[in-house]
Amino acid sequence: MRTDKKDKHRYHRPSGNQRLLMSGNEAMGEAAVCAGCRFYAGYPITPQNELTAYMAKRMPPKRVFIQAESEVAAINMVFGAAAAGERAMTSSSSPGVSLKQEGISYLAGAELPAVIINVARGGPGLGNIASAQSDYFQSTRGGGHGDYYTPVLAPSSVQEAAELVFLSFDIADFYRTPVLILADAIVGQMMEPVNFDFKKKFTKKIPLKKWALGKGKKNNPNVVKSFFLEEGRLAIHNQHLLSKWEEIKKNEQRYCGYQTKDADFLIVAYGSQARIAQEAVDKLRKEKIKAGLFRPVSLWPYPVRALRQAAKEAGKVFVVEQSLGQMVEDVRLSLPGKKVLFLGKAGGGIPQAGQIIEWLKRNK
Amino acid sequence: MKKVYGLPQSLKRADTHYCPGCGHGIVHRLVTQAIDEFNLRNKTIGVAPVGCAVIAYDYWGIDVSEAAHGRALAVATGIKRCLPGHFVFSYQGDGDLASIGLAETIHTANRGENITCIFINNACYGMTGGQMAPTTLLGQVTATTPAGRNPKNLEGWPLMVSEMLSGLKGVSFAARSSVSCPQKVRQTYKYIKEAFNRQIKKEGFSLVEILSPCPTIWQKNPVEAAKWVEKEMAEVFPLGVIKE
Repeated sequence: MRTDKKDKHRYHRPSGNQRLLMSGNEAMGEAAVCAGCRFYAGYPITPQNELTAYMAKRMPPKRVFIQAESEVAAINMVFGAAAAGERAMTSSSSPGVSLKQEGISYLAGAELPAVIINVARGGPGLGNIASAQSDYFQSTRGGGHGDYYTPVLAPSSVQEAAELVFLSFDIADFYRTPVLILADAIVGQMMEPVNFDFKKKFTKKIPLKKWALGKGKKNNPNVVKSFFLEEGRLAIHNQHLLSKWEEIKKNEQRYCGYQTKDADFLIVAYGSQARIAQEAVDKLRKEKIKAGLFRPVSLWPYPVRALRQAAKEAGKVFVVEQSLGQMVEDVRLSLPGKKVLFLGKAGGGIPQAGQIIEWLKRNK
Repeated sequence: MKKVYGLPQSLKRADTHYCPGCGHGIVHRLVTQAIDEFNLRNKTIGVAPVGCAVIAYDYWGIDVSEAAHGRALAVATGIKRCLPGHFVFSYQGDGDLASIGLAETIHTANRGENITCIFINNACYGMTGGQMAPTTLLGQVTATTPAGRNPKNLEGWPLMVSEMLSGLKGVSFAARSSVSCPQKVRQTYKYIKEAFNRQIKKEGFSLVEILSPCPTIWQKNPVEAAKWVEKEMAEVFPLGVIKE
């Protein structure tokens, strides 16, 4: 453990392979700092408050932390910071992320890189503060107004939450797009050992931000905008965005398979729910039932190719979610003709391993 | 011959899209003139609003960011905190600044962000067709107050933004002027320069509210519109330095 003497608040940062016991929220904050996040603006909302508090005390000198007056202000401050060419992040939970959708749409339109963390809770409306995966549609279908997508990464452990946040800044910068981290309340709140000795996972060279504010030339100033009034101009911009998403779809599908090779029954789950599903797979295997788990890590782009591969030998596919059935639509779209069953609970309900086992046995 | 006046360097040579008699063109010129005078062209970042001035970057020869409706000061906050050595200003209308973005306005001012805000008050929503703004005068007929703005119908009173913000400790300078005649234009320029000065000296938030004619929406000719600013608007919104 070493202490950074330059930091006025003194923080402990693990070195080498040291591991720290941290909550997902804190680990995501630390990962952002490690990734060079220079600007963070947030607004209090449960269950992500530890993240904002962590950033408040952890942001090193010459970096910026702002407690914004609203979710809307926070995301627009991030817009400004991103337009100024800095790595910027905000975090919130479901109702707050709904408020941020305006800003996310503008970020996508203006092609600004930024990271938005959603430590999701139950909805609709104020819902509750328990873990939920009911923001899947909002996250993977754009979320705000207009034709756009944002890459969405869903961690299932504290370690992975940190790694994905670290990675997301590179994805955001390379493609000039907002990136969403869709964690659920369990991932945000639980504590696990985590090390910050990240292996570089993004190998593409990130271009310089010549488009950023403050870098314009006298006779050719830089303008950051998503507004294209002249006839036909927006259509060109939309086509340009489309080609970018095609590129992202091609390059950025991420997933994790567990016992999928010989699986007769494939379970598909993400986030904290995948951890529970994995326990179910282990127990089923002990009973000589060949179950496997496919866990999408990128929810958009959805890892369609890998899912098809994993489901090739499986007779049936079992989708488990902390929602009333959202990701299951992507599974069905990816696997036409395949029998896809769904088990879901909403409102803070979490499908337990025993329930998954019983449900799978009943339907196998 | 001595040259006493010219087009500001920071103002692009472009055809205007503003209506005849509109105040935006004058204020664009004043702002860019001040940028030139303080020699800030290479380190100024403007934040354009939503409204008629949405494409202000077509006229300003500086780096500009767009902002969602009402969010200019939040965007400006993000920019200024990341680029504290740059001069950052927002340019906003009354609907943008005083209605949908009032929370951002108050909190940016209250944090004492070292940002300058140019506030165009034309007592209506111009681009969307002349609806009631928070600054619409009592009795003023708009698309959404066809019988004239009436507090008895719970349509409220003209919102005194500059006076309201003046009570905040984070505000270093607030003044109200107009562009209804050359004398007022010169006064406005003085206020803009003072507001710029406050930011340069890192003294906090500075605001210049400018009463600006909107002849098209007001259904007046440019001369009548300028007179209406002086006679009607300035009655409700007193001109002068409000906080120094």
